[in-house]
Amino acid sequence: MKGIRDKVAIVGMGCTRFGELWDKSVEDLIVEAAYEAYEDASIEPKDIEAAWLGTVQSGLTAISLSAPLKLQYLPVTRVENMCCTGTEALRAAAYAVAAGVYDVVLAVGVEKLKDTGWMGVQGSNIVGETSLGVAGAKPDFSAPEMFARLAVRYFSRYGIDIEEGKRYLAKIVVKNHHNGALNQKAHYQKEVTEEQVLKSPIVAYPLGILDSCGVSDGASAAILTRADMAKKFRKDPIYIKALAVSTGAHQELRDDYDYTHLEENVQAAQMAYKEAGIKDPRKELSIAEVHDCFSIHEMLIYEDLGWSSRGQAKEDIEAGTFTLGGELPVNTDGGLKCFGHPLGASGLRMIYEVYKQLQEKAGARQVKNPHLGMTHNLGGIVPGACIGACSILGN
Amino acid sequence: MIGITSMGVHIPIYRLNRENIARAWQTRSLGGEKAVAGYDEDSLTMAVNAAQHCVARGNRYTAIQGTFFASTTSPYKEKQAATAIAATLDLPSNTYTADITGSLRGATMAMNLATGMIKGGMAENVIIVGSDCRLGMPQSDHEQRFGDAAVAVVMGNSDPIAEVKASYSVYDEFIDQWRFENDIFVRSWEERFTISEGYMRVLKRSVTEFLEKGGMKPEDFSKAIFPGPDYRSQIGLAKSLGFDPKTQLVQPLFSSVGHGGSAEPLLTLCVALEQANKGDRILFTSYGDGSDLFVLEVTDNIERLKDSQGLKAQLDRRLEINYEKYLSWRNLLPIGLPRRPEPQMRSVPRRWREQKRILALCGNKCRNCGTIQYPPQRVCVGCGKKDDFDDYSFIGRKGQVFTFATDRLSPSKNPPTMSAVVEFEGGGRMITELTDCEPDALKIGMPAEITFRKMNQSTEMIDYFWKARPLMDGLKYLEGGVHERD
Repeated sequence: MKGIRDKVAIVGMGCTRFGELWDKSVEDLIVEAAYEAYEDASIEPKDIEAAWLGTVQSGLTAISLSAPLKLQYLPVTRVENMCCTGTEALRAAAYAVAAGVYDVVLAVGVEKLKDTGWMGVQGSNIVGETSLGVAGAKPDFSAPEMFARLAVRYFSRYGIDIEEGKRYLAKIVVKNHHNGALNQKAHYQKEVTEEQVLKSPIVAYPLGILDSCGVSDGASAAILTRADMAKKFRKDPIYIKALAVSTGAHQELRDDYDYTHLEENVQAAQMAYKEAGIKDPRKELSIAEVHDCFSIHEMLIYEDLGWSSRGQAKEDIEAGTFTLGGELPVNTDGGLKCFGHPLGASGLRMIYEVYKQLQEKAGARQVKNPHLGMTHNLGGIVPGACIGACSILGN
Repeated sequence: MIGITSMGVHIPIYRLNRENIARAWQTRSLGGEKAVAGYDEDSLTMAVNAAQHCVARGNRYTAIQGTFFASTTSPYKEKQAATAIAATLDLPSNTYTADITGSLRGATMAMNLATGMIKGGMAENVIIVGSDCRLGMPQSDHEQRFGDAAVAVVMGNSDPIAEVKASYSVYDEFIDQWRFENDIFVRSWEERFTISEGYMRVLKRSVTEFLEKGGMKPEDFSKAIFPGPDYRSQIGLAKSLGFDPKTQLVQPLFSSVGHGGSAEPLLTLCVALEQANKGDRILFTSYGDGSDLFVLEVTDNIERLKDSQGLKAQLDRRLEINYEKYLSWRNLLPIGLPRRPEPQMRSVPRRWREQKRILALCGNKCRNCGTIQYPPQRVCVGCGKKDDFDDYSFIGRKGQVFTFATDRLSPSKNPPTMSAVVEFEGGGRMITELTDCEPDALKIGMPAEITFRKMNQSTEMIDYFWKARPLMDGLKYLEGGVHERD
């Protein structure tokens, strides 16, 4: 297995502001993200040779991408892999370049959630018939419920009472809102206090509304090329070091599953570290963007991705390890917490932040002297029917 | 020796105090409370739970060759419900099934049919469930009187707890209570007429004829059951027939459950049998479009009914609801639910091919590595071996809560929705919805059992499945759980 390391570079990226964009269509979002990326890469639309669209519910076919951008008669494909969809669009594009089939390709992730009028996002109803199937009879639990279950067990396992546990979670939320307040593309650009988080109404016990990410519209885009061609486009291309996806197969049916970690996170991260040649991720990574759909998930991610040892995430939270000025800044752009989670757009939005950080163009959020950045998504029916996706990028 | 070999009961956990109804309408309270089927229950789910209790109390593996469902409130006007009960009991396909609808004495009619089947060699054991969720029109006496309940009996030809010594039936074309095709509320004629010329006349005549035929006298019976619209009329009837209401008449559960409709005769019989001793003779009757009458003699197998999940335990276990909630659960008061995507696509073929896992709650156990998995898998989640499993049913198994959560986004008529991962004794896990439980009671380690419920209901289909609820034996765990704060 040779892997993708250093074969493909990102030479341009675009990202819309995320939010409740009542006056913007899917077409508007795609055009804005793609044209920012074209401009960033100093290319013309006609330079694109192939394109991939990542969206979960804002378009069923590639036409949803080719039509707004007028990518007439190009090979265009729509990909979908739940919350990892944006990262999957980039992965498909990168592999096509690495295979030598194309030189310049486009990956776009888009989602327009706010037209539905729903609270939260679609869940089990879009998964279709699975081997978990109990036709129409399965409980229709929401996403916060699935993560709340993990929180209850995690706190119990490590002897943390719920009040104490909620305080650790609140610190994660406060950190992400602090970062989001520095980001003009975030949906929520406002600081929150620990007390506000602790007092927010319960959505799924023990998680409150402020433990949950928003529901937003947004799009992001990337232009990829061969690593050996990258410098023709710009002096500071960003190189793909690893792309990893790990898909679960119902480990939750087993009596030995602990409900305090998500193995897809662990496996995707280990694959990515191996591909990128990373031995000590906590030391080697300069920045990470992770899937903080609910605060408890970011806490589990610290352990699942190998940065905190099991049961010790609380100590790293207390120590400020993952704050903007900390040892390993996490969700420097505000995360899903402040961007919301337009499913197909999130993965590429995270990559956008790492890309800008590695180019030292992140403004007030800029971390010092970055070399390696990581992104992470998790999607699916939690636990056991999940997809974990990681990317590692370097300058 | 034909008789009742087991008896099971399902009283829904919810109670509506009649004062709440009276207060809403500025009317007189009939006193006490009534049992109210939960938002996720109907006459079929209650019947399944009573049937499960009944077979667990008897011998679960007794071969049952017939299933009768007696109800005036079957969820289906066209389509049988007894088949669903048989499927949840995983009975073989040559089991005889029938619904008896339209009469409040359906359950005793079924007892007579079962007796005939057993006598004729068509069956050795037959299960009969009486179950009803009748609606009285808001502000009416019916609304206060009717309660929801289900009771199941197995009739068989060996080891009865109460032997049928004699039986008798009469029909009587009499219009006292009725519902037409599209009625959701029970209609009735003036009570002064229906009680004196209906209930009193029919039972007086039939009891007198029955006793005369068998050369029996009122003093031959330790107990008598005369199910009727109210207790006062029952006392009057007992007196006029020469029975002592104080010592012989079995008092119905009007102040705690209400009139249970098709379940009412068996419910009162359940009161009698759970207190009965060996040798007791019971005059058991029913009323509705005539009357069915039985002489039952209690045997020493009566000990089988003295378990901790019987009628008394179910009456003690209660959660009070208010009138508004009751109205919304009965679709008499529309409510606004959270705006959420439609649940997954309904598909009858899917439900049909997955029937065993849905109704009989059947998972599988790997012959190679022993992993128990639900729903059943083709390739083992433990060792990866393909198609090498035995069926493994979770019905009747107890478990405990491994982890839990609440869910305020999932639309519910009794928010918040509660979830639990239940670990079952002997292995296997299930992510379930919790019901019959207050969020304050949720706790890791809480003992739980499964219960048959409606999951979703659209105008097109009802999705029946199993949920978990706190185990009745584990009531102490209902105290001191975590508290949800908003």
